[in-house]
Amino acid sequence: METVLAPSPHLRSPDTIERVMYTVLIALVPGSLIGIYFFGLHAIRVMLISIVGCLVLEGFVLKLRGRDISPLKDGSAILTGLLLAMNLPSSTPGWMVIVGALVAILLGKHVYGGLGYNPFNPALVARVFLLISFPVAMTSWPEPKPFTFSLDTVTKATPLGEMKTNLLMTGSIGDIANIDLMAPFLGNFGGSLGEVSALALIAGGLFLLARKVITWHIPVTFIVTVFVMTGMFWVINPQKFASPVFHILTGGLMLGAFFMATDYVTSPVTNKGMIIFGVGCGAITVFIRLFGGYPEGVSFAILLMNSVTPIIDQYTKPRTFGYLREKKVVA
Amino acid sequence: MKSQFRGGVHPADSKDTDKEAVKTLPLLELYLVSLSQHIGSPAEPIVSAGDKVLKYQEIAKPTGFISASLHAPTSGTVKAVEPSPHPSGRLIPAIVIESDGEDREFDISTNSDPNLEKGPEVWNDMVKNAGIVGMGGAAFPTHVKLSPPDDKPIELMIANGIECEPYLTADHRLMLESPELVAVGLRLTMEMVGAKKAIIGVEANKPDAIETFRSFDLPPDVEVAELPVMYPQGAEKQLIYALLGKEVPKGGLPMDVGVVVQNVGTLAAICEAVTKGKPLVERIMTLGGSVPAGPGNYLARIGTPLSDIVKQTGGMKGPAARIVSGGPMMGQAMTSFESPVLKGTSGLLVFGPGEMKALNQRACVRCGACVRVCPVSLMPQTLGNMVEWNIFDELEQNHINDCIECGCCAYVCPSDRNMVQFIRQGKAEIITRGQKI
Repeated sequence: METVLAPSPHLRSPDTIERVMYTVLIALVPGSLIGIYFFGLHAIRVMLISIVGCLVLEGFVLKLRGRDISPLKDGSAILTGLLLAMNLPSSTPGWMVIVGALVAILLGKHVYGGLGYNPFNPALVARVFLLISFPVAMTSWPEPKPFTFSLDTVTKATPLGEMKTNLLMTGSIGDIANIDLMAPFLGNFGGSLGEVSALALIAGGLFLLARKVITWHIPVTFIVTVFVMTGMFWVINPQKFASPVFHILTGGLMLGAFFMATDYVTSPVTNKGMIIFGVGCGAITVFIRLFGGYPEGVSFAILLMNSVTPIIDQYTKPRTFGYLREKKVVA
Repeated sequence: MKSQFRGGVHPADSKDTDKEAVKTLPLLELYLVSLSQHIGSPAEPIVSAGDKVLKYQEIAKPTGFISASLHAPTSGTVKAVEPSPHPSGRLIPAIVIESDGEDREFDISTNSDPNLEKGPEVWNDMVKNAGIVGMGGAAFPTHVKLSPPDDKPIELMIANGIECEPYLTADHRLMLESPELVAVGLRLTMEMVGAKKAIIGVEANKPDAIETFRSFDLPPDVEVAELPVMYPQGAEKQLIYALLGKEVPKGGLPMDVGVVVQNVGTLAAICEAVTKGKPLVERIMTLGGSVPAGPGNYLARIGTPLSDIVKQTGGMKGPAARIVSGGPMMGQAMTSFESPVLKGTSGLLVFGPGEMKALNQRACVRCGACVRVCPVSLMPQTLGNMVEWNIFDELEQNHINDCIECGCCAYVCPSDRNMVQFIRQGKAEIITRGQKI
């Protein structure tokens, strides 16, 4: 028997990348199921195309780069595929989903060197690419209908979109803000197929927190920032600005805060950095939602904060043990 | 004022041998007393092949300030002074002593102070002459730590009974079986450094040791502190922080905050050196892991080949896949049992195939786990990446030299990165560059 001459430590925790990725996938199950419940076969179609597309492309690109294809098993491509799907309307045409998968795996991930090297969240790069390239398809949202397995769908704008339109046309958000907020909480609501139920996403997020896969710093600061800032505007002018509860329950906030902004590779590593990151994501989201051209800003906010992650890391280095602040000596 | 030191990890402590009383290994035929027992300069032999030696006789002198002398573990003949196996994996000169089987002792009574009359300065010389080094693992020559300069007044002496490395139980058994040696050693060192107070720090997973010390009628200036289990609490600076909430300043030593820390094994050796004149020629070590047939705690002479320890304790139950000298977090992996027990050898651990995590080292995914567990508050992932990408210029400004190589970062890494290896490589590169200039 050969003995192994490995460097210390000889004990290692059982944590692996696989364990992290599959735990996140499990945490996304409630949100995915709610998506399937309300958007039916189309939701399944988009998810399948996206996941299979990402996996096939991952294998293909790894081959192309002359790499071992074992990273296919690490779960990261499946996760990117599922997150991309959850960020798309269930009516997205199949070819468009494949374009998204191509952008995510190729431009979001492998041009930088693969998992661990990408500065931006690959699924969000793809989502934003599709949103900019195919704005009509990407903003036509099928109406949620429980257990409709018909492939015909009626599309309408999301409440956030409707609000923006009302505001531009009439100067007021109208009665959209008075809707029953139980709908977005449970998921009976227009939107991307995986973002509609705040409840399911929070449940998944709590699971990740409990399994210590993520820490509270990013999701809590992200959501609280959106709540506080939209709350301030709402107090000032409820005719023009929707309530903070409406803002945190609608759009992609829960999906973004718990599952996209917390992506290890593209977010800061220190607790202090994560707080800055979360607050930044929240603030940019609010500015885009309230004053920008797009009704929703979560994706843009996260991508913008991804770009400053290296700087945040640089300036939030913890104070090394023993490097005490010099006491000022009074002469 | 007790605080939790920052970071740290909680590996299963696996202290399976903590009920095993210390057994003395039989006298062997051959001992390999390595000239390189510790950091600092190696010792210089004062015997040569063919010389007869007695047990306790000095066989090598210290060279330089950070160095310690060596003594014969038994009586016999010096067979050779030649490059020999060493836990580091290199061949390092050792004094090879062939035992005559009689174990005749050199007269050590002249160099002792059984009634403790001679005073701290004489004791310090006795410690130096006994070749005592820190027995917790780092093996820093003890007399150096016990001679703080006059401008560093020492207030507190800490007895380190933490033994935070999993599997190791040698210090634990010592505290249970010879607590009086530790207590006397502590009293002696308090006087040697002029400390008015002392703390015996023990982790909560050794309640019987804590109870033993508390049952002693210790003077009011000696406190027994129970600390929650957390690796690497036994690291000097982390222990000081846990007990006092004080940080030893960068590049400094415990004496900079008025503290001297000594491992409990070292304190026992100091007691033996001063009261009996006994040089350090043996130590308690743990034989552990799943493979040894006779796991336990053994009193082994310095220079005992590890292969003999295995042989004398019933051999092995199965194939050995990982052999570690020391603890599983900071110990040195070896390819064989050829190397000998050093003064700092706290354990010999042997694991079978498939027991250790099969590593699949990948790129850092920046999960930040290493940042959270680093007890020194470094950014280990940055240091690891810099070394991997040959960016050596910024290592020092990222405080790589403050790393204590405890291994917490690698322990938690989901990408199985050999963080400690990267950091050692980076430190070595800095030294190499320094030499070029």
